[in-house]
Amino acid sequence: MTLLLRTQELSAFYGDFQALFGVNVDVMLGETVAIIGANGAGKTTFLRAVAGALAAAPEAVLFDGKPIGGKTPHEIVRLGIAMVPEGRRLFPSLSVEENLLLGSHSGRAGPWNLKRVYQLFPRLQELRRLPAPSLSGGQQQMAAIGRALISNPRLLLCDELSLGLAPVVIRDIYECLGAIAAEGTTIVLVEQDINRALDASARFYCFQEGRLALTAPTGDFDRAAISAAYFGL
Amino acid sequence: MQWLNILIQGALLGGFYALFAIGLSMSFGIMRLVNIAHGDFIVLSAYVGMVAIEGTGLDPFSSLVIVVPVMFALGYVLQRGLLNFTLSGGLLPPLLVTFGISVIIQNGLLQGFGAYDHRLQEGPIETASLHLPGGIDVGVYPLVVFAAAVLGIAGLQLLFYSTRLGRAFRAVSDDAETAELMGIDNRKLYALALGIAMAFTAIAGVLFGIRTIFDPAAGPIRLILAFEAVIIGGLGSLWGTLLGGMVLGIAQAIGAALDPTWQILAGHIAFLCILILRPSGLFPRTRD
Amino acid sequence: MTGAAESIRVERATKASRVFAVAAAAMLAALISLPWWGDAGDMRLIAEMSYYVALAQLWNLLAGYAGLVSVGQQAYVGLGGYMLYYLTGVWDVNVYLAVLIAGPFAGLMAIPVSFAVFRLRGAYFAIGTWVVSEVFALLASLIAVLGAGSGLSLTVPILQEISPERDSRDAILYLMTLAASLLVIGIVYALLRSRHGLALTAIRDSEPASASLGVNTFRTKFIIYIATATCTGLVGALIFLQKLRISPEAGFSINDWTVVVIFMVVIGGIGTIEGPFIGMLIFIVLRELLADYGTYYLILLGLIAIVIMLKAPSGVWGSVLQRYNLQLFPVGRRLAPAPLREPPKR
Repeated sequence: MTLLLRTQELSAFYGDFQALFGVNVDVMLGETVAIIGANGAGKTTFLRAVAGALAAAPEAVLFDGKPIGGKTPHEIVRLGIAMVPEGRRLFPSLSVEENLLLGSHSGRAGPWNLKRVYQLFPRLQELRRLPAPSLSGGQQQMAAIGRALISNPRLLLCDELSLGLAPVVIRDIYECLGAIAAEGTTIVLVEQDINRALDASARFYCFQEGRLALTAPTGDFDRAAISAAYFGL
Repeated sequence: MQWLNILIQGALLGGFYALFAIGLSMSFGIMRLVNIAHGDFIVLSAYVGMVAIEGTGLDPFSSLVIVVPVMFALGYVLQRGLLNFTLSGGLLPPLLVTFGISVIIQNGLLQGFGAYDHRLQEGPIETASLHLPGGIDVGVYPLVVFAAAVLGIAGLQLLFYSTRLGRAFRAVSDDAETAELMGIDNRKLYALALGIAMAFTAIAGVLFGIRTIFDPAAGPIRLILAFEAVIIGGLGSLWGTLLGGMVLGIAQAIGAALDPTWQILAGHIAFLCILILRPSGLFPRTRD
Repeated sequence: MTGAAESIRVERATKASRVFAVAAAAMLAALISLPWWGDAGDMRLIAEMSYYVALAQLWNLLAGYAGLVSVGQQAYVGLGGYMLYYLTGVWDVNVYLAVLIAGPFAGLMAIPVSFAVFRLRGAYFAIGTWVVSEVFALLASLIAVLGAGSGLSLTVPILQEISPERDSRDAILYLMTLAASLLVIGIVYALLRSRHGLALTAIRDSEPASASLGVNTFRTKFIIYIATATCTGLVGALIFLQKLRISPEAGFSINDWTVVVIFMVVIGGIGTIEGPFIGMLIFIVLRELLADYGTYYLILLGLIAIVIMLKAPSGVWGSVLQRYNLQLFPVGRRLAPAPLREPPKR
């Protein structure tokens, strides 16, 4: 298995407040890795640091072996990392289709285009001319994923996909995620819904107060041990 | 019919004010930057036009071929090299930096050209008028300016809603951070936005310089007029700004008809009334 | 549990501020006695420096503490000046009384103004205040009894109310200006040391947060705006009492009363009380040095302000404050442990 992403002693700050303390995470090409942890554990901070939205030391984040820490977000998108942000963050003045097309600013070639995204999310095609805010939560989530896919990423960062969605909707979204992973896209998944996260991934990392508390392959890992790491017991 | 002429005159004046306001609207809409030096850039454009005319013998309209690219480049470089660095520090840095730029431009023009009045001469079109049936007289030049404003706004709307670049502008205006996470180079986009805004400012400046005598201190009142048009019309809508400009122009025309020295004051009073009674303007559209 | 309770007391002064207080007292004595050892030119310069510091402190209070960046304070300078000339020239009011009325008059005018401009935020608020100032200037230029476009002059009889002789008149005007400026600086300082000052700092740091804690942000900002306008009006009256002439252009001049003041505060250090003093000194020095170069000193001021905003946004003093934690006008509160007391014997 080739290593796609590696963080080395990654620390991150919001002003004077330290949110991450030397986190080491490895993500192999083609796998789906879950990051779980309680609120404030630093999961979103971790994704933001990888995506370039937060400052990081250059060597702290290696993508394909090359240091990308501290690069601007748009440079990192061009290198092949795309983010599905927490809370969707679709652009309210744009229609669904315009939101999707915005992903094409990455300048990357690849299998994902508008047609394929509509194949994956047929409902979006019907809604494509509507303004983004008029969609339901689940539909917005699909649109946000589609938007990230259009940039043809090698690594997809998904932040809290299940936030505020009904279980049926969450199930549909995770099915689509499975299809995306099957195409060979590497995925890092941040989730509060532990079961969902563990079912979708091959390995998991558990964060606790900005530090790595536990990492292991999923599968029959002892859920009690995970709870302990999650809550810092 | 006298009053109809006054209304028409005022409405056409609105075209001028809308042209003034386009640059201000753009930089606020896309970058949340209020350029205090905006009026001074209008005046600077008129001076650049003057220099271009003296250097090449072109007439003012044709000099736009030089002035527009020059001001576009100036806007691009200014945003890229200076203003981009003020955007993250809160309210004060952009305001005070553009205030500083305003002072520098005014005094720079004063040092370079002196305190004299200038006007760009375009010729007979300045005073030509159309005599329409019913005793209505419409100045040709104000009509040309109004048409320029309408074409300009229509062009910008086309840019914003039908092009890839326009889509990027709207995305950045909505949510700059997420736009960057989608691969958009915000710094370059902002520079482009100010460049385009300056291109419109250039047009406004040259057209203004043909109609009105200008001197280095003429900037601030232009900023105020542009600002009033934007606020009366309501933030976030360029067509709203055109309508706001027309309301302002009509208020001024009515004031001037009562007494010529009351023109500007009448506009200010209309602005203040709208501000107190309908603070979000007549046709608002922005989220903030 | 032992009975030894360590109590905490709240400390206001810093070591540096105690030293400074002594030095300041000495300086003050020198300034007050100036009429006896200096000449008219000295008094004029110090008067100018003191009214600039007063205006700068007021603008700093408004912008640096209350977050109201106004580019229209010249409105109140002009209103104060015009009220003085109007009362003394048209109504024969005693000149001292007229000066005392000018301030509150400006404050009164600020009330309807605030209804309009408080609708705007941020930079739009700034431009709105500018529009208001332009309105006042235009009105002044249209009203005949105020001299319309050419303005008014202070006649000799009015000046003689202060004193029939030139020398004592210069001294009295100087001392009045000094006193008023010290009063204004004192008011600003007292305000910032008080609970209202704490509220202001909270509002400046985060308006929503402070509102959620019960700070009435609108009322606080309103009071500060009116108070600042009143003091600015008083200073304006004294400025024009010495200038002997007022016109719409001079009274409401944005260049003289706002551009220069903003630069002083920004370069000296916005949001600090020490800053405006430093900024004023830098301005005066630059103006003297560049006196022969026309408006180049304004261009230079503009460049310096831009560089400061980008590289050292807290100004000259703010950078010093951050490095050495020096406060000459302490406004903060620190917790200091009180000496241990013997636990009460049972």
